[in-house]
Amino acid sequence: MRGGARAVAPLAVAVLGFGISFGVLARSAGLGPIAPIVMSATTFAGSAQFAAVSVLDAAGGVAAAVLSAVLLNARYVPIGVSVAPWMTGGFGSRLLRAQLVVDESWAVSSRGGGRFDVDVLVGAGVILYGTWVAGTAAGALAGDLIGDPERLGLDAAFPALFLVLLRPQLTGRRPVLAAALGAATALALVPVAPPGVPIVSAAAACLLGLAGRSARATGPTDEAGGSGARGAGVG
Amino acid sequence: MSGGEAWVVVGLAGVATVALKGLGPALLGGRALPPRLLAVVGLLAPALLAALVVTQAFGAGDHLAVDARVVGLAAAAVALVARAPALVLLAVAAPATAHVRML
Repeated sequence: MRGGARAVAPLAVAVLGFGISFGVLARSAGLGPIAPIVMSATTFAGSAQFAAVSVLDAAGGVAAAVLSAVLLNARYVPIGVSVAPWMTGGFGSRLLRAQLVVDESWAVSSRGGGRFDVDVLVGAGVILYGTWVAGTAAGALAGDLIGDPERLGLDAAFPALFLVLLRPQLTGRRPVLAAALGAATALALVPVAPPGVPIVSAAAACLLGLAGRSARATGPTDEAGGSGARGAGVG
Repeated sequence: MSGGEAWVVVGLAGVATVALKGLGPALLGGRALPPRLLAVVGLLAPALLAALVVTQAFGAGDHLAVDARVVGLAAAAVALVARAPALVLLAVAAPATAHVRML
């Protein structure tokens, strides 16, 4: 678990800023100070929370707000399947630890070839959860004092953050192809599909894994074990 | 927007997210995936993370936009090639974008 905490420490700084931004936005959207904090503690999925609150802010209605959150979190179904084999223990414990899965904790716990280190995932998830809820609370309760970190260019930190997480995954031809196809799919769909759909559709790029050689032959991805282990730390 | 609406969204989004995240581990937890499915989920991380990079960098609501974020991403890419640690990448991306916005 400690390894996971170390791996996400640099990312936690960005997540804290993102949490503050969410708190500020939710407060200004009229959610009050408590609902944003409860949402971060129960939903724990930044992009979905931003989307839902933005819809409410634009008077889009409850159904559209919830739907946007569901679409943005739809990717957690395949992500959950990917970590499931490595998540042992009782039903309740699995369900609870599954909630600590976010893009960042999932990525740093990836060991390549479809393997995951659940200890690292939980350690990273706990750190990110605490940071996310604390950031939200700071933004929702004291946003006026802190100001919105968005003006500091925080929105540019996020593509950079995902780039940090992507780099150790690119360990051979197949992962590079999957990344290129995923990126192209997402970009093509942004103008025509509702938010969230481009991302979850990009997941289909992993069907490349069915082509050609068998799973056993994807040797080069083994390298991801070492570099993926430290994830963001390797930079 | 009423305060009640906000709480309904918070509640429903929370329940939906717990279900979406928990589905795989709750139903399949501890069971090995068939090799072919393992080969597929092995490529999920590069596919999804690349999609997140480009949508965060170029997505602007319902259209694509090339704006100040690209400068931040480019700065991060340079730092990545130079093997800088993650914190440095994030530390160059944000100010680069903020700086371009001020111009």
